[in-house]
This record gives sequence, structure tokens and C-alpha cells, in this order.
Amino acid sequence: MPDTPLTGPGHVRLGSNSGQPLTRRDGFLKVTGAATFAADNRPAGLLHAVHAISTIARGRVRSLDVAAARAHPGVVEVITPANRPPLARDQDDKPTMFSWRVETLQDDRVRYAGQPIALVIAETLEAATEGAHLLAPGYAPEPARIGFEDGEAFEAETVGIGSPAAFVRGEVEAGLAGATVRVEFRVETPTQYHNAMEPHAIVAAWDGDRVTIDSPNQAIAMGQAAFAGFLGIPPENVTLRSPFIGGGFGSKAILSGPHVLAALAARMVGRPVKLVFRRDQMVGPVGHRGATRQRLRLGMDRDGHLTALDHEAVVMTSAFDDFLEPAANASQNIYATPALATRHGGVRVDLGTPGPMRAPGEASGSAALECAVDEAAVACGIDPLEFRLRNYAETDPATGRPYSSKALRECYAQGAERFGWAGRPLAPRRMRDGAGRLIGWGMGSALFPAPMFRAEARAVLRADGTALVETSAVDMGQGAWTALAQIAADGLGLPVERIEFRAGHSDHPDGGVAGGSGHTATAGSALFGAGADAVARLAELATGHPDSPLFGAGNAGVEARLGRLVHREDPGRHESYADILARAGIAELAGQAVGARDPAHARDRAMFSHGAVFAEVQVDPDLCQIRVSRLVGAFAAGRIINPHLARSQLNGGMIWGLSFALHEEALHDPRTGRSMNADLAGYHVPVNADVPSVEALLVHEDDPYVNPLGVKGVGEIGITGTVGAIANAVWHATGTRPRRFPIRIRDLLEA
Amino acid sequence: MTYSFSLTVNGATRAVEIEDPRVTLLDLLRERLALTGTKKGCDRGQCGACTVLVDGRRVNACLILAVTLDGAEIETIEGVADGNRPHPVQEAFIAHDGFQCGFCTPGQIMSAIGLLREGETGEDRERIREGMSGNLCRCAAYAGITEAVAAAQRALAAGDRRRA
Repeated sequence: MPDTPLTGPGHVRLGSNSGQPLTRRDGFLKVTGAATFAADNRPAGLLHAVHAISTIARGRVRSLDVAAARAHPGVVEVITPANRPPLARDQDDKPTMFSWRVETLQDDRVRYAGQPIALVIAETLEAATEGAHLLAPGYAPEPARIGFEDGEAFEAETVGIGSPAAFVRGEVEAGLAGATVRVEFRVETPTQYHNAMEPHAIVAAWDGDRVTIDSPNQAIAMGQAAFAGFLGIPPENVTLRSPFIGGGFGSKAILSGPHVLAALAARMVGRPVKLVFRRDQMVGPVGHRGATRQRLRLGMDRDGHLTALDHEAVVMTSAFDDFLEPAANASQNIYATPALATRHGGVRVDLGTPGPMRAPGEASGSAALECAVDEAAVACGIDPLEFRLRNYAETDPATGRPYSSKALRECYAQGAERFGWAGRPLAPRRMRDGAGRLIGWGMGSALFPAPMFRAEARAVLRADGTALVETSAVDMGQGAWTALAQIAADGLGLPVERIEFRAGHSDHPDGGVAGGSGHTATAGSALFGAGADAVARLAELATGHPDSPLFGAGNAGVEARLGRLVHREDPGRHESYADILARAGIAELAGQAVGARDPAHARDRAMFSHGAVFAEVQVDPDLCQIRVSRLVGAFAAGRIINPHLARSQLNGGMIWGLSFALHEEALHDPRTGRSMNADLAGYHVPVNADVPSVEALLVHEDDPYVNPLGVKGVGEIGITGTVGAIANAVWHATGTRPRRFPIRIRDLLEA
Repeated sequence: MTYSFSLTVNGATRAVEIEDPRVTLLDLLRERLALTGTKKGCDRGQCGACTVLVDGRRVNACLILAVTLDGAEIETIEGVADGNRPHPVQEAFIAHDGFQCGFCTPGQIMSAIGLLREGETGEDRERIREGMSGNLCRCAAYAGITEAVAAAQRALAAGDRRRA
């Protein structure tokens, strides 16, 4: 077991599985290649599908050489708008909260470059690939609208998933007018693609009017319902399996057109069909982070206290559907201010529809906010950490509600201590390393909501003293196979080794969505509750039976400990689960529960995870090459179920922040609308050598309100403080304030 | 026309007959030899998820045509563990959490085994990072990967000393 120091002792409780730094329960499967991802399935009689994609961004497909494709040896079927089987519901319907209008070959219209325009089915992948190539589409193109200037601006009503586009509290203009110091900051963030390592994939196999679908999916019950709706069969006729997801980051919560087409195609040809997206085919139909243009205005009094905070974002969406990155909302819940306003505008361009991508809104909004706050600190002549402490929000600025918990002060203190922030010169360009490179230190606050959704779970105590627990929860790398099993074991009062944990399958109770940093809290609460329910039933059996040493103790008089029920007041009286079940002649005893937030707490408290990120950059003074040399983050996210895995999540998030700051940017040719970097060579994400020393500290935090487990979430918060911290370090090194992401060499050379 | 050749995969000789010369080593392994542990992340040599060893060298299996490999010796992730006993590199990846989703992991591990055999990094973290930079990890488990490779290097060196 690796060394995993904690900053507080509170994660581990006596006799508890939670809080232990266990290694991954699915680790052996993953390091031996035995973990089965969707595209690894090969049912008998399998055919391969490849979809052809549009090379224009707007217009019509006028011709497809279907005859040439069909004539290629091995090609079995070519599906185009002319012969596509009917859908049971309109492709513009939105069956779930994670639904967008999809392309299912409904007509010859092209709405973005990369849109699927035909599907070729063949005996081999090679034949299907060649068949798709032979289609040689002819087009009637129309001019593409790609940038903020070309797009069609519109008034947004909602952003994200149903949030209001505008928010006001207090008098912002008056607050700005009365300020001693005012700062205005503008920044642009680019279009970004999830680029999970595992491409989107689906294997569909029909048996009569039932279909088994292997496809990576972050929300299995929702995905099952969405497939069923399009295919015109009851949800129970869809078996959706997603035991492992090779990275999701939001994009695999969404059903796209090609997914639906592959399932339709399998029914049409009467054989199983596998469709695996090519890397470039994921630019368009499976979502992305929309580009933003943001403007912040901050007013401060003479002591550096905010008098007003105004955050405006114009964000890109597609020409045919809405997902607006709720960037400005990132300013609502973190700094104390008497006047606060956020608002969004939209711009329609000829790209695929954006969608949630790890910290949707928070990532791009926090990047802008933290840079603006740094600029404000500079304008006031105050250290950036001290400035943030002066504007520390004791209650939620947006609602006035108390926080359910907020150990942000401790995050600032522990992060600063670990990083060595003290003594940082206020002015830029004051530090150099031995090689003459400019050194800069920057910081940012991290914030992410701590939501809960709804999940169900079932727990079954078995006669042999083990237990089976089930929920259709999803592990896309965050560690659900391990952390949720730990929680389930605690609910049952069993060591985790005695738990058989099943997840990732639509036959299980609805495990909700792996997203929004709420999966551990939600599915975990359901699992814990189901275990507790089973134990309560077991206690009834024991305390009601005269032969039990626990007879007469009453339900509240016993507690579950390592497979035994123990009398609370007389610990010498106890009985094993196996003995209780054996005497009752019961082979299995089941409990169930729903995980959801207490509505009263949800109404009365503001619930967020918090953190502070500190960054050091090195900048070559002549070449302006930027390297991040150190990242330290300190995060308070309620109770940590598995510090080993939580730290990995936070590290990964911080590296996503580094990627946002210095690497990632999707480029589209403004003349054609086509992607210029729809591959992993041109779309830059960090490689191992790009990643410096990254350290995530786990700051102790007890939260009695978020849920009885005290769990918040760690999946997304790591990005939020990091982008700003790096940009602010670049300013501190060079004196140049970055105005766009990613920060390029050119931006520093031209400054 | 069919193409017949034979290659050794994880120590076993496999006679292969394919009807299509366009089949890559990666698709041969995954779609025809039922060895799906090797992953396809980009199919153009940019991500490293399909890394295998061909005659002892690290190779992106998506970039090499199967028909060119007559007589070659291929090592894939399925051949690394000794039954239920993981290889020291696999053990180190688990202990140091050198992965999250696990999709790039078979390629990372094959790359790490190749790197250690190349024998040029020792436990030098900088050189390990460079040597592992042909393998992308979008979950960004890089810190764990680097530590795992260093730990495996230590374990393998200790094993060699014991054997000597």
C-alpha cells in the first residue's frame, strides 16, 4: 500500500471501510487487459459499421455513390436518408435531461462538418471503412458561420441544464460607481473537445424485440430509456451494459445519432453490429465545451473589499440546439460582495451542439474570474491571497444562505504553507531561476457545487455471511467500483472483502448519473441506505427471536459490526449475520433505498466543495516558452471515502486545468468550418513530460447537511482554481496579463 | 486472395490467414485473434493505447500492417502476468494508482515494460516522463504512472540481484 498522508485524521472512522486508501478493486482487470470496454465485445455473427461524415459545415448532401459502396466486397448494407428505417420518435425530441437533437440521417441537410451522413455495414472493419470512403459525397454547400463575428447572436433564456441566463443581487452599477478602484477584464476561451481515450462505441445485438447494447454510458437508466424511445420498444427490452468507461468527462452522458443508427442498423440487417467512432468522428456529434467571450467588472473600496462584481459571458452553441456554457455563474458563490450580477448571451455557429464537459461553466468561468480577481488584487496593491481572504464569503453571495460547510480558509492556509507562498514579491518579473528563466507564482480559488441527484440501490445479505449490492452506477475512472463498494460495506456493517458489488448494467436499480461530481454522494447514499435497510430487517429477526442473544434488545439497541449484530449496552451479547439467517431459515435478506438530498437542507444551505490552487511557472525570457513547474492544490470536499483515489481525481482535474491554460484548443477553418485538428497530434493535451510535480492536499471537512455520509465530490473542482492560478503565475513571471486561453508563446512575444 | 503467415503471440505460434492486406496488427489482435486487451484510441499512432512489443521493441500496433509481420514475435498485455500473479510493472501500476479509467493502461504498461528493457532511465523521473510521453492518459494519471515505472524498475533490479 503506498504512503498516503492525510492532512486530517477525520477521514477514517473506527471499524469503517470508508476513509481507507484502498487500491482499485478493478485494478487487476485493468492492468491485465481483462476489463471489457464496449468495443471489446464480439458477439457471434458480428458486422462492422463505419459512418461517413460530412466535409462541409452547412448545406445539403446532393449525391452519394451508394452503388460503389455496395459493390465493394464485404459490404452488406448502406444506410442513407433514402432507406433509413423509421424512428419511433422524432430525432428532435429530448427524451432525457441529457438529450440533444441528433442526426439520424433524417434528411439530406448538413448542419456541421463531421456530421454523420451515411452508415456502411460490412463483414469486416476494413470493408466498411472502404465502403464509406467510396460514397464520395457531392454537396450543395452554403457559407459556414464559425467565429463569434460570423455567428448569429441571440438572447439566451437558460444556460447549462435549465439555469436562468441572468442573475442580479444588489445594485451593481451603483457599486461600481462608488468604488475606489475599478477593474475591467476581458478574456476568451476556446472550443474544447472531451477526447476521452476510449472513442465512443456501441455493439448492438437483437434477439426478437429485445436488444443488448454495449456502450459506454454515464447514465445507464437514462440511456436505456433514450434508446428504447428511439427504437420503439419498452425500456425493459433494452439491456444496456457499461461496466467500464474509458473516460467520459460528460460526453458519454449523451446519446448521439450514430448510437441510435447502429442499433437501428443491427435490427435492419438481422445481425449484431459494432460501431466505433474514429477519433475525428468525435468532433461534432458527441458534444464539446463551447467557446466563450467573457467580461468582468469589479469594484473595490480603499481596503480591497468588493463593492460590486459583474460577470458577462457570450457563449457559442450550434445552429440547431442549445447548450450554453454557464460560464458567468462561476462568479455567484465565492466572493463576498454587496452587488452581484451575471448574465449570458448566445451565438449560433455551424458546429455540433456543445454539451457538458468536465466542470461545464465552472471551468471557463472560474478561469476568467480568478484572473480578474488577480488583476483586482494588483490594482489594490494587495497580495492575491490576502485579497481573497478580505473578500471571503461567510454566506453564499447569491442567496445569502449559510454554507453547509466551508473549509476554504484552511485550504488557503494549508496550500500556501505547502507551496511556500509567503514572501512572494507583489510586483511581476522579480524572480528568476539559475538558468535565467522568469519565475512566477499565481493562485486561484476553486469552487464546485456539491449536488445530489437520485439513485436507487439494493443490498442482499446472504447465508454465507457475504452480501451482494447492486446499483447501475458507473465507473469512468473516478473509482466507483472501489469507493462505492466501501460505502456499501459500511452500510451493511461488513468488511469490504465480503461485498460482491455489481454495477454498470441496466438490470440493476437505477444508479443515476455519473456526472456533476455527485455520483459518490448520490449512489453512495443509496447503497448505504440499502445496506442499513437490510441490517434493520436482520435486527428485527434477531431481537424478535427468543433463541437469539439479542432477544428483546429492540432495533435501536443493536449495531452492525463486521458481520455481527452487537448489543449496544452489553457488547458481550452478539450474533453473526449467518447465524441469524440460518436460524430464520432465510437464504437471502434484501434491503433497498433511494439516495437523494434532504429537501430541507437543500433549501436552507449552500453546498459547495472548495479549494485553493497555487502554481509556479517558468518562462523563457527570449522564447517565451511557458512551463508549469509546480502545482499545489488544497481541497475541502466533505468526507473523503478513499483518499488514494480522491487524490488521483484531484490531480487529474488540476492537470485538466493545466491543459486548459496552456494546451487545448479546437481550431476550425473559418472558410469551410472544418476542424483543423480533429486528432490527438493537433489537438494538444498534456503528455507525461508536460506534467510537473502536482500535489493535492485533502483538507478535513465535516458536513452534516449534504447527506448523512458527509460526502461532497472531487471529480471536477480540480480544474477550477488551476487555470487562473497558472495564468496569474504567467502574469507574475512576465508582467503580461493573458487575455485568451490557451496562453500561447505568441501572446507573450507580442505583448 | 488470402494472405497466410505466422507469428508468435505471447509465446504461442499463430497461423494467420487474412483475406485483406489492409488489416493492421491492432485489428488483427482485436478482431481476429480475440486479444482485445490492446486498445484503439486514435488508430493513427498518436495516443499509444495500442502499444505492444514487436521483437522486443515498443510499437504502435495501429501503424503496422499485419501481413508484414511474418515470423515476428509479438507481446501483448494478455501475456504479461504469470497467471494470477501480476508482473512487477502491473503491480506497481495498481499500487501507485497509475491509471483511472484503465483504457490507456495496457499500452502504458507495455510501453513501461519496453522502456525498462531499453534500460536508459533508471529511476530518473525526468527520463521516465520523457520515455513514457508516447502514451497519452486523458485522466492524467501521469504522477502515478511515473512513480509506478520507477517502483517497477526498483523491484525488477532487486529481483535481478536476488537471481544473481
